[in-house]
Amino acid sequence: MMAGFFRVAWHVMRKDLTIEVRSREVLLTTLLFAVSVVLIFSFALVREGRAPDDVAAGILWVAISFSGTLAMGRTFERERYNDTLRALILAPADRPAIYAGKLLGVLILMVLVEVVLVPLVGLLFTAPILRYPGMLTALLVAGTLGFAAVGTLFAAMLVRVRSRDSLLPILLYPVTVPVMIAGVRGTAALFQAAPDEDMARFWIAGLLLWDSVFITLALWTFEPVMTE
Amino acid sequence: MNQLAVVDVARHYGRRKALSQISFTCQAGEIVGLLGPNGAGKSTLLNILATLLAPSRGSVQYGARSQAEGGAEIRAQIGMLGHDLFLYPELTARENLSFFSKLYGLADVPTVVATALAQAGLADRADDFVSGYSRGMRQRLALERALLHGPQLILLDEPFTGLDQSSTAALVARLQERQRAGCLIVLATHDLDVADGLLTRAIYLKNGRMVGSDTETRGLADRYRQALQ
Amino acid sequence: MRRLSTPFIGLSAGMLLVAPWIINAAPYESTMGLVQKVFYFHFPSAILFLLAATICGIQSARFLFFKKPSADAWALAAAELGLLFGAMTLVTGPLWARKAWGVWWVWDPRLTSSLLLFLIFAAYLILRKYGGPGSDKLAAGMALFGMGNVPFIYVSVNVWRTLHPMTSVVPTLPTDMGIPLWFCFAAFTMLFLALMNLRATLALQQARVEALYLAEDEA
Repeated sequence: MMAGFFRVAWHVMRKDLTIEVRSREVLLTTLLFAVSVVLIFSFALVREGRAPDDVAAGILWVAISFSGTLAMGRTFERERYNDTLRALILAPADRPAIYAGKLLGVLILMVLVEVVLVPLVGLLFTAPILRYPGMLTALLVAGTLGFAAVGTLFAAMLVRVRSRDSLLPILLYPVTVPVMIAGVRGTAALFQAAPDEDMARFWIAGLLLWDSVFITLALWTFEPVMTE
Repeated sequence: MNQLAVVDVARHYGRRKALSQISFTCQAGEIVGLLGPNGAGKSTLLNILATLLAPSRGSVQYGARSQAEGGAEIRAQIGMLGHDLFLYPELTARENLSFFSKLYGLADVPTVVATALAQAGLADRADDFVSGYSRGMRQRLALERALLHGPQLILLDEPFTGLDQSSTAALVARLQERQRAGCLIVLATHDLDVADGLLTRAIYLKNGRMVGSDTETRGLADRYRQALQ
Repeated sequence: MRRLSTPFIGLSAGMLLVAPWIINAAPYESTMGLVQKVFYFHFPSAILFLLAATICGIQSARFLFFKKPSADAWALAAAELGLLFGAMTLVTGPLWARKAWGVWWVWDPRLTSSLLLFLIFAAYLILRKYGGPGSDKLAAGMALFGMGNVPFIYVSVNVWRTLHPMTSVVPTLPTDMGIPLWFCFAAFTMLFLALMNLRATLALQQARVEALYLAEDEA
């Protein structure tokens, strides 16, 4: 039965990535949006040609959060188009496995966006992104996973609701702020002038805890909320 | 599954009654038509039969099992062709069928896919994107997608919409072939001309209620008019 | 339970009317003086805020996983009261903080997560209002995530040393401060229970009216 779960999740993820590789629509629009967010912050915060110190971590995670919300909305919009989400729910497959597949697809997409975003933020806000590559990656993956875990569930829940585009951020942000805080604090601990590795490790552990709680909860609630 | 029994099914949305007091029974080898004007509740009833919607009252029995118990086992016996076709336009026909075959956990996916493509008459266009297909081609593909796992209950929502003469004939032939193979087919339609002679049982719906049903095989237009007036 | 609502509200109103005298009689706290007395309202509001979140979460779980339709009415009532008591907590807190700490607000874990919980209740109610049919289930799913916040809020002041007083402060209060506190606590709790009851009953009766309306023209 376990094998069935992973098999279904894998195929759903592969299907999503195949479609994305062909059109690259969600990837490019998400990336461009994230870059715009970063640029807007630079213009807003720059004084006398220099950006203030210590804002890089916050700006990075805000950009991830805003663009991630957009990406998740778009991913499910695609399933709405030919009502294929209904076909997925109708299949004799484990419903939580469908959620897991979608989550993995979104996670991979977001990580690709971050590959471009992190160097950009590092450049514009002079942040030492190469100082602790391992821990920074761990923070980014763990944080994005927590954010995407909740976002994928909420985006799926809202697929048939009329004001879904405005409701998704309203529902998502308060619930995922703990993840954002952990991400920002951990990243800031790595970027600051006297880096605090223990602090960063603490926040990584916190993120992993939140991730397990959120993902477990989402796996349980996916089926009841998706079937009317 | 040799019998489908719908027992006093109702579906409410707040104060709106989408369906009420729907009861009928049908057997394998039948083609049942859900007929009625727009908004009569045909799609809602099909979604309930597909287990996508829970009835507000009443129950549906699939053979010996009821909807509440069944879960994945019941879904494995259901194939649905929705109004929106359930196909990914950004994938090719082969990829669409492949994906759904793998999702259903079918063995020997390439053979299953090849057979389905041949049935749909799309073997030569298999590697073209579905977005480039005509309505008739999409319909044939969507039907084969719904039939990949050999379901015994086939549900179709307005399958004849937008089809030309030959596509309609092909669809009718495929459904009759499935009927002979012992499947139970339930289809919602307003196309009375095609339905006439195809259906073995007709159920007339108006404003969410069953206003009649019969098992005649000809003169559908007149019977429809009578039931709905 | 239903019949107690009226006496509860009456009693609660009476107690709250009398409360200012009782609070006045309590001794001044050594460092903070008069403003510390906001505590007598702030503390019960905060506890009931967390209680509302817990009730909302539990009833949402019952509604979603055990398919109990009446649980939804209680979840909705709890969410509305959570918004109310949350607002009271978030207003009385800063009033106290301004005098005691010198700032209206500080971004420590407890305040931040309390504000978030408040926003989660607001989002829940917005979803129920604008989400269309089926939004009761969706909101229930969301409430479960919100409830995960609650233990975090409670525990956070003990784990992180912040400006906010720790939870161990309450049991160690002297009796003449304890009396007004528990008096107000009782008053607020009765108010909370009465309002919960009334709101949930209203929602349940609305559901019954819908059911009767639907049954009306059935043969």
